[in-house]
Amino acid sequence: MGFDLFVIPFTAGLAFLLVWFLYKTVEWLSHLNRVDRTMLRRGVISSKTVRSVKEVILESLLHRKIFRTNPLLGYMHMSLAFGWFLLIVAGNVEAMIFKPATIHPPYYPIFFRFFEPEAAGFPGAKAFEFIMDFLLVFILSGVALALFKRIRSRALGMKKTTRLLWYDRLALYSLWCIFPFRLLAESITSGIYQTGGIVTGSLGNILAGLIPLQSFEYPAWWAYSLALGLFFVALPFSRYMHIPTEVVLIFLRNYGIHTRNSYSSYSEIEVYSCSRCGICIDPCPMSEAAGIQNIQSVYMIRNIRYKTPDEEVNDNCLMCGRCNIACPVGIVTTDLRAIARNERHLSGNLHLTIPATSSPHHDVIYFAGCMGQLTPAVTQSMETILQQAGEDYLFLDKEESICCGRPLALAGRIAEAKQLMEINRDKILSSGARTLVTSCPICYKVFREDYHLPINVMHHTQYLHRLLMQGRIRLRSQNISLAYHDPCELGRGSGIYEEPRQILRLAGNLLPTASEKEKSICCGGSLGNTVLNQKKRHAITEYSLESLTINNPDTIVTSCPLCKKTFAQRSDRPVLDIAEVVKSAIFRDKDNIRIRENYQIPAEEFSS
Amino acid sequence: MHTRKHILVIGGGVAGMESAIHLCDMGYEVTLIEKQDQLGGHVLKWDFLFPDHRPAYEITNELCPAVEEKATIKLQTEVKNIVRQNGHFEVALSDGEKLTADALLVATGFDLFDAHKKEEYGYGIYDNVITAAELEERFQNKIPIRTAAGKKPARVGFVHCVGSRDEKVGNEYCSKVCCVTAVKQAMRVRESLPGCEVFCFYMDLRMFGRYFEDLYREAQEKWGVQFIRGRLSEAAEDIDQRIIVKLEDTLAGRPLRMAVDLLVLLTGFVPSEGTRRMATMLNLPLGNDRFIKPSDEHLRRNLTPVPGVFVTGASAGPRSISESISDARAAALEIAAWFNNSSQHAI
Ligand code: SF4
Ligand code: SF4
Ligand code: SF4
Repeated sequence: MGFDLFVIPFTAGLAFLLVWFLYKTVEWLSHLNRVDRTMLRRGVISSKTVRSVKEVILESLLHRKIFRTNPLLGYMHMSLAFGWFLLIVAGNVEAMIFKPATIHPPYYPIFFRFFEPEAAGFPGAKAFEFIMDFLLVFILSGVALALFKRIRSRALGMKKTTRLLWYDRLALYSLWCIFPFRLLAESITSGIYQTGGIVTGSLGNILAGLIPLQSFEYPAWWAYSLALGLFFVALPFSRYMHIPTEVVLIFLRNYGIHTRNSYSSYSEIEVYSCSRCGICIDPCPMSEAAGIQNIQSVYMIRNIRYKTPDEEVNDNCLMCGRCNIACPVGIVTTDLRAIARNERHLSGNLHLTIPATSSPHHDVIYFAGCMGQLTPAVTQSMETILQQAGEDYLFLDKEESICCGRPLALAGRIAEAKQLMEINRDKILSSGARTLVTSCPICYKVFREDYHLPINVMHHTQYLHRLLMQGRIRLRSQNISLAYHDPCELGRGSGIYEEPRQILRLAGNLLPTASEKEKSICCGGSLGNTVLNQKKRHAITEYSLESLTINNPDTIVTSCPLCKKTFAQRSDRPVLDIAEVVKSAIFRDKDNIRIRENYQIPAEEFSS
Repeated sequence: MHTRKHILVIGGGVAGMESAIHLCDMGYEVTLIEKQDQLGGHVLKWDFLFPDHRPAYEITNELCPAVEEKATIKLQTEVKNIVRQNGHFEVALSDGEKLTADALLVATGFDLFDAHKKEEYGYGIYDNVITAAELEERFQNKIPIRTAAGKKPARVGFVHCVGSRDEKVGNEYCSKVCCVTAVKQAMRVRESLPGCEVFCFYMDLRMFGRYFEDLYREAQEKWGVQFIRGRLSEAAEDIDQRIIVKLEDTLAGRPLRMAVDLLVLLTGFVPSEGTRRMATMLNLPLGNDRFIKPSDEHLRRNLTPVPGVFVTGASAGPRSISESISDARAAALEIAAWFNNSSQHAI
């Protein structure tokens, strides 16, 4: 076992990296809040850990998700990550077989060829030569692709690639150097000793004819070690920190930890896990339709990481969540953005002057929401349906519009929002209703996630679906073709995709669109963005309409009052809410009344 | 003897008729096509005109017979296709006829904004929300002003700028004539229903024409019409089918809720379907209001960049009747000047 001065850059770099990462991990874990720490403790000894290990292999090494979105890009990531991983493993195995019963310092397998230039004769020596060469070529192909991507990102199917910061440059360039240097160093040594696999051996022979190998050998190994050392030192400060951090992220996520409404350790881990792959750029409607290229999650996250907050970047986003779905690392970017927005300093107090009232007794509460107030055709349809189904309901905000509290929370007024929610909570619960139905997906999400109501909270798509399943209303299929738009907050936000589709299949002929379900494109009306001008909004609306009308439906259907209003302004065909479709397709006859009379309300599931 | 130049006027509203009459008087041969079964356009639907309350039929009574006498009129006819060939236009009409024209005058005008698109105002949902055009129709047909339930309204509201000056619907421009129309109609409602309160909800009042300000003053002083500055955010219906309007009174600086028995929407101008079609067919440039853009907004208001194609009336932006009439005469002169110039250059 040898030692040589040139191993120092590598060894020191590696030591630095390990210490740094260990320190970071301990810091992160110790800063987790109580709830998260409990989840972590419970999770470690469960099957979740096994699941995490599997995910680490599939995602951190094989990059399966990137493969799915873009095979060439996936190959690039996989060849670098998985190839390097295998190279290290194979190198260690080789060293162990060659000299069993010794504990090798970490640099030994890495520089094996230098220390054991004539290693041969141990079992599988030839095979190892071949495997090591093969892996090196595999990695080099990835490096070549990465180089190519920098020059021409479109070639890898991405319209935009990310801009670089200088730490990233340092890390990137040293990364690019590592494997070519390794190839060079190994080939030279092979050339001198007439060993090596097909690649290094033959390259060595060629080089022998061109340069005096002896005098180049030592510098080449130095260069290799320096490139490695530099990369390891630059890594924690560069985007490559995502490589180790993503592993931590995967475990914590599987334990059920996630970003809540303030910046936590987990948020920071998310931020560090962003590889700045830029996959979130292309699906963003802001870049695709509105030509705004600087606000995508990759940039927003980079600003958080380097503490260069930019309000404009934070604000100019639809919060549509399309990037969340696209992100191969599974970062919930919209949560990070919401927190970044709330960092803003708010001055002054708001005084709420909303009287607390109690409500008369009813079985069901219908809540239109402030956006629902702007689409009377929807609320009217809902009332007709509720009556038709014989429901004992209360239209809570019929007379006076009531705010669910979300706008206040979005504006960073968390305390005021809480106060408002308490008042609303009393209004709802005092009616004794067991179900709350709302027409607005935003209100739905807020009622479900922030109000902690001990009753069933349903969006009207779910409620209408339930009425149909229970036979309390029936539909007559219309001879009309429909295209369904998944509202951001209902689809990606709440995962409700099937109920509306099942309803619409009963009401007419449901046609596919170009971007269904989690790929649905924001209507452009999003309240999550207060700075986008109308022209750009219109561009996004038209972009979304284009996808919806690809099969030329008679009518566009959605289930969010805001989407409906937004589309209606730009659409060349009618835009209806699903409640309107149901209302006009409802089947009314004596039969229906009989069904209602015989109908018994089953024991409902309580949500908490 | 060389044949007379032939001009095809597309659209038989006031602008098209007035131009056709003057072109005929100048010795040109004119064919005027109109897609409806009657000449007159939007004016046919107005009962009386601002600012002097004269009956609208006086306009059509004068223009229609004059143009019918002088020009070739084709009703229920639209342009199917236009091909330019050696300085002529070969035009295929919807009735199968083909004709050759030396110049085209686009007088296809405007449509009223579709109030359904402003769903928050409840048009088409609540029975007591109507448009100004529907109110005018009631005036014209001497139908008394009543609510959907047949009761005398105790309070009527007029909403200005419906579909105009509204970024959200994509119409940022002012439609120009709806303010004064609201004032005119508000006065008439007060006149025919003494004791009924009348409110106008406006953003700001655009009394741009001669005598318009007098009309506005008279509405307040003589008829007690109340003007409230603020944009309506939404309208809802109560149990008695009254319309609850919500707005921010921007002069008083406080939110306002008010119940009215009848709500009248002053829907603005949008380029008519015909105007949009002609612009596409002839490749005419549009302003950002999507109306046709003339070559020069001051000096060549009827000329377009396409040689031989001219524009007049509300196809080139919101206009009042009197403005359309002056503009139509200007268009006739512009066409004559163009013929004179091009004959000098010997086509
Ligand atoms: S947020 Fe996700 S998709 Fe976007 S750059 Fe980061 S890792 Fe890639
Ligand atoms: S949430 Fe939507 S608008 Fe915002 S960055 Fe992601 S994809 Fe773009
Ligand atoms: S004329 Fe008056 S009502 Fe009409 S768009 Fe202009 S400001 Fe609005």
